[in-house]
Amino acid sequence: MAKRVGMEVSIAAAEAVALADVDVIAAYPITPQTHVVEHLSELVASGHLDAEFIPVESEHSAMSCCVGSAAAGARTFTSTSSQGYALMAEICYVAASLRLPIVMVTANRALSAPINIWNDHADLMMSRDTGWVQTVAENGQEVVDLIFHAFKVAEDHRVLLPVMVNMDGFILSHMIEPILIPEAEEVRRYLPPYVPKLRLDPEKPVTIGPVGMPDVYTEAKMVHDQVLKGAKDVVVEAWQSFKSQFGREYRCVETYKSEDAETILITMGSISETAMTAIDQLRGAGKKVGLVRIRLWRPFPVEELFDAIKGAKVVAVVDRAMSLNGVCGPVCAEVKSVLYDRGARPYLQNYIAGLGGRDVTVENFIEMADQVAARAQRGDPMGYEIINVRD
Amino acid sequence: MAKETGIVSWKALELGITILEPGSAGQLKTGDWRSARAVTNFDTCIRCGRCYIFCPDMVYSRNEQGYYEQNYYYCKGCGICAKECPVDAITMVQEGD
Amino acid sequence: MVEIRFHGRGGQGAVTSAELTALAAIDEGKFAQAFPSFGPERRGAPVMAFVRVSDTQIRTREKVYNPDVVVVLDPSLLQIVNVEAGLKEGGLVILNTKKSAEEVRKETGLKARLALVDASKIAMETMRVPITNTTMLGALIKGAGLLGIEALRAPIQNRFGPIAEKNLKACQRAFEETTVED
Repeated sequence: MAKRVGMEVSIAAAEAVALADVDVIAAYPITPQTHVVEHLSELVASGHLDAEFIPVESEHSAMSCCVGSAAAGARTFTSTSSQGYALMAEICYVAASLRLPIVMVTANRALSAPINIWNDHADLMMSRDTGWVQTVAENGQEVVDLIFHAFKVAEDHRVLLPVMVNMDGFILSHMIEPILIPEAEEVRRYLPPYVPKLRLDPEKPVTIGPVGMPDVYTEAKMVHDQVLKGAKDVVVEAWQSFKSQFGREYRCVETYKSEDAETILITMGSISETAMTAIDQLRGAGKKVGLVRIRLWRPFPVEELFDAIKGAKVVAVVDRAMSLNGVCGPVCAEVKSVLYDRGARPYLQNYIAGLGGRDVTVENFIEMADQVAARAQRGDPMGYEIINVRD
Repeated sequence: MAKETGIVSWKALELGITILEPGSAGQLKTGDWRSARAVTNFDTCIRCGRCYIFCPDMVYSRNEQGYYEQNYYYCKGCGICAKECPVDAITMVQEGD
Repeated sequence: MVEIRFHGRGGQGAVTSAELTALAAIDEGKFAQAFPSFGPERRGAPVMAFVRVSDTQIRTREKVYNPDVVVVLDPSLLQIVNVEAGLKEGGLVILNTKKSAEEVRKETGLKARLALVDASKIAMETMRVPITNTTMLGALIKGAGLLGIEALRAPIQNRFGPIAEKNLKACQRAFEETTVED
């Protein structure tokens, strides 16, 4: 039986990694990820977790160690945030292209300057095109569950790609809340030991990471893209088996009171919970507003998203990151593309909110929902705007 | 490179573009990069092995008498062995002459 | 849902107070969140920590703006922080002070309903340190009544180990000595 405990989400994340019976952890501490790595090092040092903990001198080295470890066939974990991700990014591309099933928890944080340790999705969006599978948690329970799920997906021989589990820095990482921690035996049933398809082995030498000339690079990208696309089915399948093992259900795109909604808000991450509270209040006031939450960011769930929003006349996409002077924020860009490709053209406005730790409140969501409906009514030009900016 | 010469379908690529055959770099013929080849005068050679050590490729191997012989499949004609030979036993001979 | 804001100084254990409250509530089968005012930790600087306790699942991630209860760990904070800010209508302010309600009101202008306890004295006498976090939890339980005091036993034991008993004693004494305005 799972145990219901009050626990800081970062500590729960580390416990989940330990329950996943990880072999190697290579990580460098950075706020707000620090407690994840600290607790894992304690678990290894105290003998509770039989794993190698490799303290490294930078995130670049952390991911490089992970590449070596995963190539040798070890179940491998790391975690970072923000500037740490920026330093690590070079090797993140390598990890994905070499098809190494590393699992990383990113405690999402803004990027400098100005120096800011608080939450937004700048690091998540920087990692967007690395070819990793990326999931996004809304609460502490999901962080734990998505970690088990991440190993399951990453190590599936149809996937063999690294998986990033995103949790909002501080808002989730430093939150104490009730979390169901499953028994080790339950996790073992869900997540059997990793069987590498190919690994570094002195008895049977292979070359991992050779040069790819122009006559092969395009083909290499093609196969990576196809595998990532195909990973969606495995992601869904792993959530289905998660449900039968643990009872909790996850989908690529989640909806909340959106079936008959005229206005739909789209969110990703922990703000989704706040948005749900706002939806309850808006519904209470007789307004037909619903919520669509993106849980799987890569591979992007195109059909699922379209199905969730196709009935809406008005859509507001909330981005927690900017694409400075692009057409709109990164989540909105995906939504627009999905709609355009299918010939749908609801009124669509993009709101940039919650940058660098700025709180996004229930009231903010109510204002966005009311404002987008009014804009649609007036036929205002569509675009993006940053909310909560002091003039 | 997946295969040096062949153009391979994306469907046929190994996992992570890994090369499964150990030592396959040995197939790479660097010998045709050469405009001059290294030739050793075994009368003056003292079998010190410096040519073997300094050769950036895999040209030299030791024979039963302890002399180092060239495998021209790999010799790029760089001349490092000739430069390093302490008794000037190696000379670079122009190809095509 | 009850929302609580703790005011303390960095190092006094306001964050620990919030954490222990949430852990006790979760142990009782309730839902709870505890979180600090996120940021760099500065010893001595005024800090805040927050708790939400509810019988149903909590589905919001915004900060606590309108607490039902405010707990002030350090009397000197009253001079520099508006501890009543955002307090809900009919909300309760729980103070560590040796003064009477009348004196406090006259000096600070606080209008809210008050619960008072000389937590510094209790902490010094029971634990010989001026750290009032666990002591003030006794006052919180008395004032807000959202948990049984026994619910704090396990979280305090897990957190403080060999010095848990002293903390529990201070907590119990504060529970008994706290006076709550009607």
